[in-house]
Parts: sequence; C-alpha cells; structure tokens
Amino acid sequence: MNEEIKPYTISIYTENNIGLLNRISAIFQRRTINIESLTTSQSEIENVNRFVIVVNITEAQAEKIVKQFEKQIEVIRAYYHTDEETIYQESCMFKIKSDLLFEEPQIQNIIKESNARIVTVNKEFFVLEKSGRRNEIESLRRDLNIFGIMQFVRSGRISVTKEEMKITEMLSAFNN
Amino acid sequence: MDTQTANKTKEVAGQTERITGAEAIIKCLIAEGVDILYGYPGGAIMPVYDELYKYRDRIHHVLTRHEQGAAHAAQGFARISGKVGVAMATSGPGATNLVTGIADAQIDSTPLVCITGQVPSPLLGSDAFQETDIVGISTPVTKWNHQITKASQIPEVLAKAFYIARSGRPGPVLIDITKDAQFEEFDFKYEKCKVVRSYKAVPETDPESVKAAANLINNAKKPLIVWGQGVILGEAENEFKAVVEKAGLPAAWTILGASALPTSHPLNVGMVGMHGNYAPNKLTNECDVLIAIGMRFDDRVTGNLNSYAKQAKVIHFDIDPAEINKNVKADIAVLGNAKESLALLLEQLNKNSHDAWHQEFKDLYAIEYEKVIKNDISPSKEGLTMGEVLKQINIESKGNAAIVSDVGQHQMIACRYSEFNITKSNITSGGLGTMGFALPAAIGAKMAAPDREVVAIIGDGGYQMNIQELGTIFQQKVPVKIVVLNNEFLGMVRQWQQLFFDKRYASTEMTNPNFVAIAEGYYIKARKVVKREDLADAVKEMIQSKDSYFLEVCVEKEDNVFPMIPSGASVSDVRLS
Ligand SMILES: Cc1ncc(C[n+]2csc(CCOP(=O)(O)OP(=O)(O)O)c2C)c(N)n1
Ligand SMILES: [Mg+2]
Repeated sequence: MNEEIKPYTISIYTENNIGLLNRISAIFQRRTINIESLTTSQSEIENVNRFVIVVNITEAQAEKIVKQFEKQIEVIRAYYHTDEETIYQESCMFKIKSDLLFEEPQIQNIIKESNARIVTVNKEFFVLEKSGRRNEIESLRRDLNIFGIMQFVRSGRISVTKEEMKITEMLSAFNN
Repeated sequence: MDTQTANKTKEVAGQTERITGAEAIIKCLIAEGVDILYGYPGGAIMPVYDELYKYRDRIHHVLTRHEQGAAHAAQGFARISGKVGVAMATSGPGATNLVTGIADAQIDSTPLVCITGQVPSPLLGSDAFQETDIVGISTPVTKWNHQITKASQIPEVLAKAFYIARSGRPGPVLIDITKDAQFEEFDFKYEKCKVVRSYKAVPETDPESVKAAANLINNAKKPLIVWGQGVILGEAENEFKAVVEKAGLPAAWTILGASALPTSHPLNVGMVGMHGNYAPNKLTNECDVLIAIGMRFDDRVTGNLNSYAKQAKVIHFDIDPAEINKNVKADIAVLGNAKESLALLLEQLNKNSHDAWHQEFKDLYAIEYEKVIKNDISPSKEGLTMGEVLKQINIESKGNAAIVSDVGQHQMIACRYSEFNITKSNITSGGLGTMGFALPAAIGAKMAAPDREVVAIIGDGGYQMNIQELGTIFQQKVPVKIVVLNNEFLGMVRQWQQLFFDKRYASTEMTNPNFVAIAEGYYIKARKVVKREDLADAVKEMIQSKDSYFLEVCVEKEDNVFPMIPSGASVSDVRLS
C-alpha cells in the first residue's frame, strides 16, 4: 500500500446527532491525526448530514480510519478520496476599509481579475467574497494584504466526488 | 393532559399507558428480559430507584459498594451468560465511577447497558450539583451513548440501547437520563428494536471468501488456528470444534478465547501471546497458513508486528470490518458471524490430520513442560507456587468451574493452568487489564449462573482495589469462592522491575492486612494456607462449601511467570526463563 502522506478528503454521511462530532473528532485525536479542515452540512439526502474532512495521512491510514467511522452507530457511510478524485473549493471573506476602494484603483483591478465578489459596501468598509482553490485564495490575500485587511476568514474545504456515491441507493434499499 | 392527547391515549387503549419516565425505564428493562441489575443510588436517579422499590418482586437490584463494582458485576453477568448486563448509577461521581468498567467492556466487547441519572434538563450546562458531561466522557469508550431529556424518548432509546449492546460485535452503551425526564408522565408503549438504519450489526459473508479460505486450508501443510472471543460471542463453539476436528487443525487461543474449546481437547495447543505457551508462539512463525477467528491481533498476542507470521498466508474471520487489516494484513478476510461462516467453511474442508505438524507442537510442549510447567504445578521447592493452587482447583472442581481472574501474575497463571470443560468459563479483563475486576465480576457471574462453581483468582494488590465488594457478597449471599494468591507484591510489575529495571522494586512491595480477619468481618468463612500440606484440604473445603468462602494462599514472593515475550520482541523470541 502507498505510504505517501498526502491530503485525503474524508466524506462521512451521518444521522443528525448531537454527540457525533465529538465521536468523529475523538477518532482523529486518538491517532494523533491533525484535522486540516472540517465542514459539516446537510447532504443531498433529506435528514442526512455530510462531514467533509481534510487530513494529511497515508492511504493505509485513510482506509483504517474510514472503517473506524463506519463502525460508529450513527454513521451511514464513510469514504476517502484523493484530490484528483474530487472537485473541491474553499471560500473566504475579506473586510476592507471602504476608502481604499476609491483611493486605490489597483484594488478594483485585483477584484476583477480574481473573480471575487463584493458582498456589501458601506461608508466604513466593504466585504469581498471569493471561492476557489487554496492557492487562488492565498494569492488574493497576499495582493490585498499590501493595502491592509481588517478581517479575513477562510472556510474549510467543501467537495464533491467525480464518481457516484452509492449512498442514496443504499438508503432507499433500507426504506423498502 | 389536553383533550387531544387524551383522545389519542384512548384510541390506542391497551397499547399505551400513562406512566412516568422512571416507571417506563423499569418496564423497558423488564421487556428486555432484565431481572438483575447492579447499581448505586443517588439524587439524580432517585425516581428510578423509587420504581425499583415498587417492582422489587420482578427485578432484583443489587446494591454494590462502589459503582465500579456495579459495572464489573454487570460485565461478569454478561460474560458468563451472553446476555446484556445492566448497571445503574447517579449523576456526577456515580457516573464517572462506572467509566473504568465501561472502558473494560468496550475493549473486551462485552454487552452492557449503563443507565445514569442526570441533573434536570434546565440545569444542564450550569455546573449544577453533581453535573458531569458523562456522555462526553464516555464517548470514546462506548459503542453508543445518548442523553434523554424527555420521557417520551425513553422507550425508543432504551430499545435501541439493548439492540446495539447485544448485536454484532457487542459492547457497552450508556444512556444518561435527566431527572425531569424521569418525573415526566407520558404515554408509554414498548417495541423492541430490530434495526437501526445507519448500523449494520453483522456484515454479509461472501461465499467466495469462504471458498478461498477453504482452498487455502485444504492445501496447507502447516496450518494454525488462533481463535479469540469471537467464537464465544458468536456462540460458534460447536461449528468451531467441527472445523478443528475435520481438518485436524492445531488451535491456539487468545486469553479471551479460552474455554471455547475444552483445554483437554487434543487439538488445543494452548495460549498465544506474552505469557502464552511456547509451542503456539514459536510455531506462529513457522506455520504456512494462519487462521485467525474472532480475534483482533492485539499487541500482547503478536509481539513485534514486523516479525509476526510474515511467512504465513493469513485468513481472518471477523464480524467487525474495522479489524480486518488493522494490525495484520489479511490475505483472505471472511466477514460475518463466526457461527455462520464456520458452518460454511466446514462443508468445504477436506479431512486431514497433519500428524507431523502436530508432533512439532508436542515436542515444544515437552520442552516447556520440563523448563516451566513442571516447576509451576509440581514444585520441588519449599514455597508454594500459584500454579499448584490452580492445579488443586482443577482437581476439586473437575475442570467445571468458571474462573474469574484479576490482573497480574496470578491472572496469567490462572489462564495458563485452568482446565476448562465448559465454554464462557474464563472471565478476565483482557484488553484493559483492569485490576479490581475479578471480585465484582465474580459476583455478577455467580448470580447469572447460580448452578456453576465460580472461583475468583485474585492478587493481593488487585483484591484491595475493590475489596469493598465483600459487602455485596455478604448482603446478597452470593456463594462465590475467592482465592487470593498473596505474594506481598504487585507481582507482575515486580517481575518487570526484576527483568528490565535491575531489580529496583519501586513501590511494588506491599505490607498487607489480615485478609482472613477482613473476610470474617463480613461473616465470610475464611482460611489461610502457608504450607503445602494444607493446600489440598483447604481447596477441597472451599469447593465443597455451599456458601461463599475466602482462601488466602501465601505463595513465593519473587516467582516469575514464564514463558514470556518481552514487549516489543518477536513471538519467536519467547523466553522460557
Ligand atoms: C487499575 C490498574 N492499575 C495498575 C495496573 C498495573 N499492574 C498490572 S499487574 C499489577 C500488579 C498486580 O499485583 P497483584 O494484584 O498483587 O497481582 P500479582 O501480579 O502479584 O499476582 C499492576 C500494578 C493495572 N493493570 N490496573
Ligand atoms: Mg501480588
């Protein structure tokens, strides 16, 4: 098995349960695996949640840890995928002084070229939003940093897989 | 009650009844066939105890002397009966005192349902008196846990708790119930849980994998089985024996697998692991096919993984997919319940006897006998050995006793030398190695199986970790037999200090109290043996006693347990001295 450490995206489909995040994070903690990012949301299936977690591990570890997730009672299915097997994005927000928008024409170019979106503008500040790969977000942050950023925040990775996940099928089989 | 609810209740009259959450808990337990539970009362669980009082003719609550004792007693109950053990405690310290037993049950796959009281739901998160986040604390050591804040959740959640605890790979479940939910009235109706959408209790067995396994075994020259508790938990003893006998497979056991096949069976080649037998440890690294059945390749079994059975093809039968390839890579994995998968395997196995291969086990046994066993069970030195006590117990109980052992040298000796004719007879804390386990576990075992002889084998150290349970034995009149093998040391730790820390006996020597007087203080018949000539008679008197009996045997202080695989070493490097 490949022993190379690289980013794996773990997708966990779960019942909606209060204690589950605790159970999931404990599985990483016990194995001293650092969570690079964690996002949880509604999935494509009604009342089924989806965790998308990015960790840097080996494939052997990914395989074992996915089995540990599946072993949890309220986990319906878990998968791991490489970057190549997924379409993934992060999003971020910048809060910047409004004056700069008018005083520094350079900023308007940066916004345009980066495909960032202005969410709101008022007298004191404006808010920019950008979705994309990490490197795009990072380069935007570097460009804007020169002018001063009041606040910056970046989300965890969200991703969908190129291949089909058999989870809907599985659940409808259960319901029948 | 508003009119709508009133009408609804009427509509389904006969099926629902309006009761409190506390009463509902008792009714759920009764519906699940629980007639004994172990616990300790306190503020946050008092409404339930009030109902236990009212239902005392239908359900027997055993007051232990410590919540840890309740958890271990429930474990002993579960281990000997295969049923779910139930423990109950109040919030805060009551709940946290259960945790060691829960962790023990988790790692040894023991079905438990633990019910804890919790502060009223409006007080949750307020640092209320005796509030602890027991759901948070117990998360990593439970198969499942859940907090109930409304009475109406009780039937469904408890039904799920029992289902999850006992199905698939069993384990402990903790249900935390706020006090207001215990007081609240609701329309009770109980339905057993048969399925949980997100939980697959038993994975399907792929017939192709069984075929491949049979093929490998049929062509093996030197096959070796290592079986674990999965055979017992799956109630697959008969199928297992048939497989072993048909294909003539030498079979070795992990500590928790002991007793699934009688000790005297000619194909039983002994225990594997750190203090296991010489032959199966050595020959693990000589076999050509290693057949692991319901075991999890614990590090105490495998020693150094880099030199464990590298030459062998590995077949792994297990109910838990997460065990496959976890520690040892399987060439063939057979998922499913051992009872079904072994029955399938049996049909496809060829008859065989492997005589020459068996001879190798016999030859190595002869070496172990000469170097270790003889001196353990028939010593020529003056001091008493733990092994000869076990031998005497075998003789008097005719190998029919359930042996409940604690943790340490005496445990290894008990597991090595006990004769087991009956399955589910080796009750010990394997995965967690919890000192203090045996005394309360023996109480639970004896209460679950009153017709069986239950003998607890305990060290002088571990005995004092839950010695208070003598009170439970006395009050409940539980006729367990208690043997303390007193070496005045935390013997197993002392052995390591001797072998690996230049005999620096840091905090392992113990000045012990008058154990006989303590037992007598609880009105338990007690005897102390210091000389060999008194041993046989004392053991006989103990086994023949109709009541509980305490026997202290003063053994050699600095004996060591061998064979031994030093930690981190290979199974091939098993030492005889
Ligand atoms: C709760 C707990 N604490 C510490 C240990 C570490 N430990 C393992 S064996 C042992 C010594 C046990 O002494 P005793 O009960 O007298 O048994 P002996 O080895 O002498 O037979 C100790 C301290 C443990 N297993 N469990
Ligand atoms: Mg001792």
